[in-house]
Amino acid sequence: MSAASARPVGSSALDELDRRIINRLQDGFPISESPYAEVAAELATDESTLLKHIDALLEQGVLSRFGPMYHAEVLGGGLTLAAMCIAPDDFARVAEQVNAFPEVAHNYERDHELNMWFVLATETPARITKVIREIERITGYPVYNMPKKEEFFVGLKFKV
Amino acid sequence: MKTTQQRFGRIEARVPLSDTELKLIGAIQGGLPLVARPYAQLAEQLGMTEIAVIEHLMRLQASGVVKRMGLVVRHRELGYGANAMVVWDVPDAEVSELGRCLSGFEFVTLCYRRPRQGAEWPYNLFCMIHGQDRETVRGMVRQLVQCCGLEDIPHTLLFSGRRFKQRGARYQNAAVREESVSS
Repeated sequence: MSAASARPVGSSALDELDRRIINRLQDGFPISESPYAEVAAELATDESTLLKHIDALLEQGVLSRFGPMYHAEVLGGGLTLAAMCIAPDDFARVAEQVNAFPEVAHNYERDHELNMWFVLATETPARITKVIREIERITGYPVYNMPKKEEFFVGLKFKV
Repeated sequence: MKTTQQRFGRIEARVPLSDTELKLIGAIQGGLPLVARPYAQLAEQLGMTEIAVIEHLMRLQASGVVKRMGLVVRHRELGYGANAMVVWDVPDAEVSELGRCLSGFEFVTLCYRRPRQGAEWPYNLFCMIHGQDRETVRGMVRQLVQCCGLEDIPHTLLFSGRRFKQRGARYQNAAVREESVSS
């Protein structure tokens, strides 16, 4: 379906090959003897140039990771989205306490009454409940637990 | 194909893993080596053959343990400055149909059904939208309302403010990077 996805402004530091690499590699990567050479050929470049560009993109922090993406639940882990409603003048303290948990994968402030949203990833599904109770105990605020019940597949795409 | 069903379906059951597979998952946790023969380098590290590493990874991908091989972008660094979680209060019987409609749009990067939290939080369908700025994202939401027939469905937009933490979660010596919910 068509999207109103004009080229983002902040991506201007990327050259043409960077853009093609990012767009191509969001579609997956070959599991074969010489995967970089295969992708390089598709992108009309050579293997060592491709490797240098990926390395630089990771170095610059444009990419946070290159490799396999694991499916937490299939691997046997627990995963959930949780939210909290924190008083504004208490926000910094609670954010610090929540982020200190190694199970908290990422945490965003959002403009709603429920203003703190974070992802919990644990080694087992049962750990989720324990970690949530611990967060509630330490912070003194209730945690709303919203695990996914159904996933609708999207092509993960950040066009650059 | 099994893989296709997994991508669209409900949460799958756990796949039992061998010690070799766990070792392999652990060895790639930092990412794939940036060398001409990355799977050969992993093989050497683990005392396996290159072909065995390749076959194990293919199996892990086919069973859904590895969702995909590839990269994770930092969207803000790429110029997607506005990210909104858009939540909808959809009648239970219509969630699947509307979820599929929303997820068909290129700018919808995640779409999940989640449990309501009583009267305080009646929303049961969540999607993420990334755009250059808030006005663009609001326009995309109007497009969703119109195209999926959501005029009578209550919804709200939660734009993200500060990002406190973004990293891959660690799991059994492996990096679990669910490209999930609030990224």
